[in-house]
Amino acid sequence: MSQCETPSILTQSEGLPRSLEGDPVFAEPWQAQAFAMTVHLHEKGLFTWPEWAKCLSREVHRPDRSSDGRDYFDAWVAALCHLLADKGVATPETLLALQRSWQRAAEATPHGMSIDLANDPIRGSTSAS
Amino acid sequence: MRQYGVTSPIKIKRDSINCTNWYLFKNLLMIDSAEKRRLENSQVTMHIIDDHHHEHEHEHEHEHEHEHEHHHDNRYSDMEARVRALETVLTEKGLIDPAAIDAIVETYETKVGPRNGAQVVARAWVDAEFADWLKRDATAAIASLGFTGRQGEHMRAVFNTPDTHNLVVCTLCSCYPWSVLGLPPVWYKAPAYRSRAVMDPRGVLAEFDVVLPEATKIRIWDSTAELRYLVIPMQPVGSEGMDVEQLADLVTRDSMIGTGLALSPQATSCAPEGSSQ
Repeated sequence: MSQCETPSILTQSEGLPRSLEGDPVFAEPWQAQAFAMTVHLHEKGLFTWPEWAKCLSREVHRPDRSSDGRDYFDAWVAALCHLLADKGVATPETLLALQRSWQRAAEATPHGMSIDLANDPIRGSTSAS
Repeated sequence: MRQYGVTSPIKIKRDSINCTNWYLFKNLLMIDSAEKRRLENSQVTMHIIDDHHHEHEHEHEHEHEHEHEHHHDNRYSDMEARVRALETVLTEKGLIDPAAIDAIVETYETKVGPRNGAQVVARAWVDAEFADWLKRDATAAIASLGFTGRQGEHMRAVFNTPDTHNLVVCTLCSCYPWSVLGLPPVWYKAPAYRSRAVMDPRGVLAEFDVVLPEATKIRIWDSTAELRYLVIPMQPVGSEGMDVEQLADLVTRDSMIGTGLALSPQATSCAPEGSSQ
């Protein structure tokens, strides 16, 4: 993280894997993407820190989570999805339909091309909203 | 005739990435023979078009079927697809600006994630036997250090020499060996990077402050779902006698993609780690 920026309070999120310097650590690119989106939404005021902390805590402590934290960002994304549903931004059904659509689009995309949602062969019948 | 021109700066942002330029890619993948000759004459070796053939020329010891026509190169895990779904919804609703998200990710990308590749490179510098193994069977040599890809993809190490500089391209994060290299840079996924790296590798490298002698050949490698490349940069002058840990600090992510060189020992004392731009 560059020194001139104030780290988001979300870097204080419970259980967030962090380096010795205190920067978040991501095992896969999508985790960094999910983290960045959440930071951005918080900065824009879509939800407050206590709202996020509570929602994340509930997901992290679900009994079916792994004890070694390997599914930490699964919990993070689930918490974000819950918050967005609570705020009336996106229903779980909408997100699931879009998720499947992206997966079909990825499989339909040949190597060397950008994966684009429009590549989903049956998109339209699974409209997002 | 066809146009190949893509001259915009490579640091384009996600909104332009989403405007997939199919024509550009079609053109790239069907570069005609005259164009190929021109590229060859300009000391650029193309591995884009015939990567599979190329691999067959080499000893490809691992037995796995090449289903050329039916193989799905791209696959999103549930979580990858879910995050893309979130991104889509939030962008459509005007709640996020993809460029802002990229900017946030960018602040972390060179500092986080596994940088196992740096260990591999450093080891190759100090251990000739390991380097030889890496040349022959990078997958096994890298695995011997405890690093394996999520999908068990095969790795191939390409060594920079005074005669040859290697540069890896791929527009898709699904083809990026992040288990070895850490997070991919945002620009790496940009179509413009791929196309310009092919058409004008020297120009792209110059933008990363990498200026190579005219006589140095540039080889472009295109990652596939089955085979990922790791560039082994040349060991910097003045680093002789350093131990593996110290040497690994000289190996930037960009040097393992080929858009950078390993840092010189003098540079590390004042330059932030992994910086290259």
